[in-house]
Amino acid sequence: MDFSVITNNFKFLILQGLIGIGPFIGGTLRLAIPAILLGFVLGIFVGLARLSAARFIRVPATMYVEFFRGVPLVMVIFWIWFIIPQLLRLPIPEYGVALTAFVIFEAAYFGEIVRAGVQSVPRGQVEAATALGMTGTKTMRHVVLPQALKNMVPSLVTQMIVLFKDTSLASIIGYVDLTKAAQIVNNREIKPFQIYIFIAIVYWLCTYSMSLVAQRLERRAA
Amino acid sequence: MLWTGESGRWLLQGLLTTLELSALAWLLAVALGIVAGALRTVRFAPLRWAATSYVEFFRNVPLLVWMFFWYFGVPPLLPRAVQDWLFNHGAEFWAGMLALGVYHGARISEVIRSGIQSIPRTQFEASVAMGLTTFQAYRLIILPVALRLIVPPATNESLNLLKNSSVALTISVAELTFQTRQIETYTAKAIEALTAGTVIYLVLCLSIATIMARVERRYAIPGLIARVGPAA
Repeated sequence: MDFSVITNNFKFLILQGLIGIGPFIGGTLRLAIPAILLGFVLGIFVGLARLSAARFIRVPATMYVEFFRGVPLVMVIFWIWFIIPQLLRLPIPEYGVALTAFVIFEAAYFGEIVRAGVQSVPRGQVEAATALGMTGTKTMRHVVLPQALKNMVPSLVTQMIVLFKDTSLASIIGYVDLTKAAQIVNNREIKPFQIYIFIAIVYWLCTYSMSLVAQRLERRAA
Repeated sequence: MLWTGESGRWLLQGLLTTLELSALAWLLAVALGIVAGALRTVRFAPLRWAATSYVEFFRNVPLLVWMFFWYFGVPPLLPRAVQDWLFNHGAEFWAGMLALGVYHGARISEVIRSGIQSIPRTQFEASVAMGLTTFQAYRLIILPVALRLIVPPATNESLNLLKNSSVALTISVAELTFQTRQIETYTAKAIEALTAGTVIYLVLCLSIATIMARVERRYAIPGLIARVGPAA
């Protein structure tokens, strides 16, 4: 089988598609990295809100999580694509749409991980911190969250891998990530088997190295 | 609203296609998942490696890439007659079904493997000591117990499959999300169409989750509180 189509388009696929350097605004990594960071930060707030003693915080947070876990990501992307330009009355680039959709959607999943992590910290820790005179916020920041984070590492990395793979869906609205770059190359060269197997391997190398790092972290945290 | 007339019919068709696609893909995924999950726990190394490479490769690559791979990449390798037949018989549906099933089979196998590994090894040793072959021990002892243990994470994964069936719109399978887009294009009622699609997905997911919670209670093994994997 002839794989020259890959060597000829290697630069476009990797530089433009994976990293985001090239004529288009794009890149899988340029979307995935901010999406993971922002999604996690928003997820911390969602997770803590779900554990809040105040009903008016807990109930909306629970509804948020249940809603986004019951809807496909593709649907959320279309929502953002249509709603935001109508609300703001100005066109939003694909990058902005995709990033917003991923952060909002994944925050629900990250929130569940944060909640489970916080709940895994023994109650005695909170009581001890309170006995030492720490306020609620301080207890959370200095005692609970550091320990929770350690427990969360495996599921966090799994979710990051899921998000990394999900960024391929940004190609549906025309964002030039690795998948879209492959489509562009394929439209010109018509070598679908080689091209799609190649990007499958590129995705695999990224996600598999993420899971190897996760295993190492887990062993160190244990 | 959209429940009547042409739009309503499109929505209903989309819903039916989504259900059909998900159900067939689910059967394939469960079959693959059980086989791969069980093989990953056997002593015989080549089988274990084969199952591991299947799982690690397929679940670590985006579903969308698999959709394109099965729909655009594979058919040109087939003989001309098979290609013609396929494209006259809804190739996109079958490609979507394969992509969903094979991808989620790898993910479900992880759930099943963790279920099998949570069963004490002595159960297997006892069955072999009673004279069962390895295959019989898996079929009669290990798998029935494992399948009852994994109801919550398996439900979670099945719902993921249902939601991920929306990715099939990229290869123009006329499922629910695809039909929502179609209504939007023809009637320009974007908000109504998106709301209708979203509500249908929500109702589907929540009702399946509710039913499965009852199944979980009914099939819980008395005396075992162990939940395998993350709770649903």
